[in-house]
Amino acid sequence: MHPVSNTEEHQGTRRDFIYYATAGAGAVVTGAAVWPLVNQMNPSADVKAQASKRVDVSTVAPGTQLTVLWQGKPVFIRARTEAEIAEARAVELSALPDQLADNANLPADADASDENRALTEDGVWLVQMGVCTHLGCVPLGEAGDFGGWYCPCHGSHYDTAGRIRKGPAPRNLDIPVAAFIDDTTIQLG
Amino acid sequence: MSGIPHDHYEPKTGAEKWLNSRLPVIGLLYDTLMIPTPKNLNWMWIWGIVLAFTLGLQIITGIVLVMHYTPHVDLAFASIEHIMRDVNGGHMIRYFHMNGASLFFIAVYAHIFRGLYYGSYKAPREVTWIIGMLMYLIMMGTAFMGYVLPWGQMSFHGTAVITGLFGAIPFIGESIQTWLLGASAVGQPALNRFFSLHYLLPFVLAGLTMVHIWAFHSTGNNNPTGVEVRRGSKEEAEKDTLPFWPYFVIKDLFALAVILAAFVAVVGFMPNYLGHPDNYIPANPLATPAHIVPEWYFLPFYAILRAFTADVWAVQFVQFITFGIVDAKFFGVLAMFGAIAVMALAPWLDTSKVRSGRYRPMFKVWFALLCVDFMVLMWVGAQSTEFPFDWISLIASTYWFAYFLVILPLLGVIEKPLAQPATIEEDFNAHYGTPAE
Repeated sequence: MHPVSNTEEHQGTRRDFIYYATAGAGAVVTGAAVWPLVNQMNPSADVKAQASKRVDVSTVAPGTQLTVLWQGKPVFIRARTEAEIAEARAVELSALPDQLADNANLPADADASDENRALTEDGVWLVQMGVCTHLGCVPLGEAGDFGGWYCPCHGSHYDTAGRIRKGPAPRNLDIPVAAFIDDTTIQLG
Repeated sequence: MSGIPHDHYEPKTGAEKWLNSRLPVIGLLYDTLMIPTPKNLNWMWIWGIVLAFTLGLQIITGIVLVMHYTPHVDLAFASIEHIMRDVNGGHMIRYFHMNGASLFFIAVYAHIFRGLYYGSYKAPREVTWIIGMLMYLIMMGTAFMGYVLPWGQMSFHGTAVITGLFGAIPFIGESIQTWLLGASAVGQPALNRFFSLHYLLPFVLAGLTMVHIWAFHSTGNNNPTGVEVRRGSKEEAEKDTLPFWPYFVIKDLFALAVILAAFVAVVGFMPNYLGHPDNYIPANPLATPAHIVPEWYFLPFYAILRAFTADVWAVQFVQFITFGIVDAKFFGVLAMFGAIAVMALAPWLDTSKVRSGRYRPMFKVWFALLCVDFMVLMWVGAQSTEFPFDWISLIASTYWFAYFLVILPLLGVIEKPLAQPATIEEDFNAHYGTPAE
């Protein structure tokens, strides 16, 4: 009998080697076959091509909000009134459940002051995702205990800077990458 | 399972006994995998694994493609281009699926002709053969409907031609064609239902595959000698057989790896070689492509369809005795389906008591001619219908029918077969020498 495995021959045999080589090749081939089948479900090139969007905001007067669809999700673009800005700026950071700005235009550790939330220095423009950070419902505007947004699904209250104040949502409304590219046009993404 | 005596699964641990007394699934898998298999099987017995693998490949890549495809006349073509350009790896997945159909048919033709040569269709394996023929028909239907889905020029006008075959049936043909298409012409209803059936039928094939395997596991595999495995006792059977696992699994997987190397080379380097450029033109109901031919795997039967024109005396004769009900168009349709029907009837048309072609000197010649005939039909199916192609296709079609309807029945009577080995063991040892025990 030729030694057929390590149980009889404690040094590796040529047959052991061919077993391992076959199993290794089989594992590589299987992985190479499975990966494309998984990856095809990731966003395709045409979906990724919708990454940025330009929005004309010339018609948005103070105290009104424009809701646009961007990458399949609503974005709230609000021109805030002086009263709303003053109300948001009067809040102490310590009163906030989430003390981070959650603003994709700023470093991740920026604090949640109103200046860090607003798009412009004068505080008028507030651009944020219209997606509740609890379970993804679309919050209602000018509603809730803090005069900002109120999510009807599970009762999360956001203030006039879109910061979570009460309810189950863990974070402030996310602020996407956004910038004015001229006086009346905001580019998202 | 009945058949060749062998060791059956015995549950050993408590958990195995618990499961096995409720659902004997491990036993079923064990007996299927360890089935005694004639040890003299040659390389023509690997196509079953290739077919099973290809069915799996087509189902998996197909499910993935459906995630991105839209079965609508205005969107289907664009969604295919979306798969080709936008979806991650989509072009590769589609090319695997497209060429997978060709691999499927290469394997099925090799598998069928293997059966025809070694007499695998003969008693007691007629049911395996008939199920196989049924699967072949379903495969052709599935392949055809899949070709419709990209909604290119060939898809569209191919559908018109193929459903037109049913329109040739006397009296009720037009109603059947309308029923198939859901309209008087090819359009949205046809595309939608072909999509539905193209998704369904592969799963029917998967079910029939299990029945196919069940059938030949009940009778035992045929083998190159056509001599049955001895079944007197387990010891006797073991001299003729080896368990399927690991001996034949490893052999089959090796063959599969070699075939897939060639297949992947085609998919990678020449993915459109077997297709038609016209199908990259969006469907246009107002203009038919100049040269409309089916995919290569349908060509032999397409040639038979076209061979029987109105100037052939046999067609005129049939038209006369049926008072014109069977005209040339319907005759061609009957011939095409008849060509597959006579093949399915081979178990009852072949009168020879000897199973394997290896021991039939006259049969070998006629069978070789049938193989050539099949290739000729495939070639002539892609040619025009001008002289001499009309004559070639007529002669080749006639031989196809003559082989099954005349030659197979006669050979069994007039042929003197060679001596067959008494046992599979004897044949095996003649090739590989007596094992030194």
